[in-house]
Amino acid sequence: MTIFGVPPQLLFSQLLLGLINGSFYAVLSLGLAVIFGMLNVINFAHGAQFMIGAFVAWIALTQFGVNYWEALVLSPLLVGALSALIEVSMLRRLYKLDHLYGLLLTFGLALIAEGVFRNFYGVSGESYDVPDQLAGGVNLGFMFLPLYRGWVVVAALGVCLAVWFAIERTRLGATLRAATQRPDLVQSLGINVPLLMTATYAAGAALAAFAGVLAAPIMQVNPLMGSHLIIVVFAVVVIGGMGSILGSIVTGVGLGLVEAFTKVYYPQASGVVIFLIMVIVLLVRPAGLFGRQA
Amino acid sequence: MSDASVSPPLQSKGASAGTGTGVARPLGDRLMFVVLIVVGLVAPHLVYPTFLMKVLCFALFASAFNLLLGFAGLLSFGHAAFFAASAYVCGYLCRELGVTPEVGILAGTAFAGLLGLVFGQLAIRRSGIYFAMITLALAQLVYFIELELPFTGGEDGLQGIPRGHLLGLIDLSGNLTMYYFVFAIFLAGFWLIHRTIHSPFGQILKAIRENEQRAISLGYAVERYKLVAFVLSATLAGLAGATKSIVFQLASLTDAHWHMSGEVVLMTLLGGLGTVLGPSVGALTIVGLENLLADKVGPWVTVIMGGIFVVCVLVFRRGIVGELRALVLAPKDEA
Repeated sequence: MTIFGVPPQLLFSQLLLGLINGSFYAVLSLGLAVIFGMLNVINFAHGAQFMIGAFVAWIALTQFGVNYWEALVLSPLLVGALSALIEVSMLRRLYKLDHLYGLLLTFGLALIAEGVFRNFYGVSGESYDVPDQLAGGVNLGFMFLPLYRGWVVVAALGVCLAVWFAIERTRLGATLRAATQRPDLVQSLGINVPLLMTATYAAGAALAAFAGVLAAPIMQVNPLMGSHLIIVVFAVVVIGGMGSILGSIVTGVGLGLVEAFTKVYYPQASGVVIFLIMVIVLLVRPAGLFGRQA
Repeated sequence: MSDASVSPPLQSKGASAGTGTGVARPLGDRLMFVVLIVVGLVAPHLVYPTFLMKVLCFALFASAFNLLLGFAGLLSFGHAAFFAASAYVCGYLCRELGVTPEVGILAGTAFAGLLGLVFGQLAIRRSGIYFAMITLALAQLVYFIELELPFTGGEDGLQGIPRGHLLGLIDLSGNLTMYYFVFAIFLAGFWLIHRTIHSPFGQILKAIRENEQRAISLGYAVERYKLVAFVLSATLAGLAGATKSIVFQLASLTDAHWHMSGEVVLMTLLGGLGTVLGPSVGALTIVGLENLLADKVGPWVTVIMGGIFVVCVLVFRRGIVGELRALVLAPKDEA
């Protein structure tokens, strides 16, 4: 049996890969959108934070024997704390200036992170074993599902939904949304807006690190793993627009799947299909699929 | 949504630096060109010409970039695409079809201009931060295409591009002859940028940068001005890229990588955003630094570049030339 000339096992396993990539796009673009909404900064270091998240997990395992589950909590906390430090010491000075300076600063930070890790670990990449509890897989009848890959999709999308819930349905989220719109007004109500901004940046970075730990057993843990991903995520953000959280999730997952379909039916274009979609969206709907009209 | 807030702060310093008009300007400018030409003519007898040619190519590249960011306020994070595409076109024509170098360079430059027209049409649909992201993504698209196309040599790039004979007559294989050719190209490009900045067109670009809404309300077709600036900047970046491919006889993926786009931003920022000479000073500094450090620190170069980026953004936003100018102008301002 084939589907448009492709054996279903191949198609489904590629689609699963697409779903995984799409989940990463969703988590990362969500983090970017949350940070941008609050700080008006496009965080170029997001890819680096993703990479550091994966490296922290790998170092923790190989040097200190910290297992996967502990790393899944520890790594985002560490990266979040580091990023809070960066926000307080550097990023904060730039809010009064043009947004572009925030992008340039985080670009510089991304270069530093990439360079440091490349210096110590080279570019060949380190492998991280799938945790024992999730080794193996199940046969779904139409395809074989490695348990870990299923877990990644569930965990990534679960985190996305948790973020959506926290922002749209809780009191803290309401404060955050209010501060996004009118920081001055919220501040005058006695809420510590600078602290809120630090926390937002840390949380966005922690999201990236969480995705990094999830990715560690699938991708090679490599100093360059974040930089290509972040450029794709930028395109995802342009396509989806940063206006809506659910929009980011839907766009991210959708584009991951489109990429997978391309890989099956026209592999040469799989690396560029997202950028081409970005071009089409810019032509047809410049504000992005879920963007507010500028 | 972000454009209203984009314009003013980026140029709060450039405004004071860039608009030092008045009677003294033509004289000062002429002096600058004379000094530039004298230094350029003497330099290859004192410094290794290959190094100088690299500096000149990047100085032109950064000056072209600065035309866009420093004067129109548009941050392109994809200028490597023009630099590299032009280098590939020029290299291919010279190596495979045996055209003379000036034809190759012109063809590469024209191609970069066309590419700039396409990119520009797409990118100016959004402003501010989105503009940067779109140009970055488009450049990555070009990177992939250059990786995959059959005649670009994939990971190896195009090697062994012949320097050839200029106009079929002058042999460019000697470094000194090559240098003077590159210097002439740089001067022409630099002069064009200088003319553009000080033309009415350049003034309107500045107006758009300072306050886009007001420029629109004054009746200027802002998008068209942005597009022309973008195409001009891309074309000149292409001129730099094609020239570099002849000098180093190589067009490679390194030219197309996003690191290259970042590097040109860094040169401009370090030298002085929105100043005429700044990008060239920045290019000299960065290329010099890379040469100096390459053997000593190896992979730490990326870290150092990142560090310079951070320092520039945090405490050195006027750049070298901007700071110098502020030092010179400060006493007068107070008097």
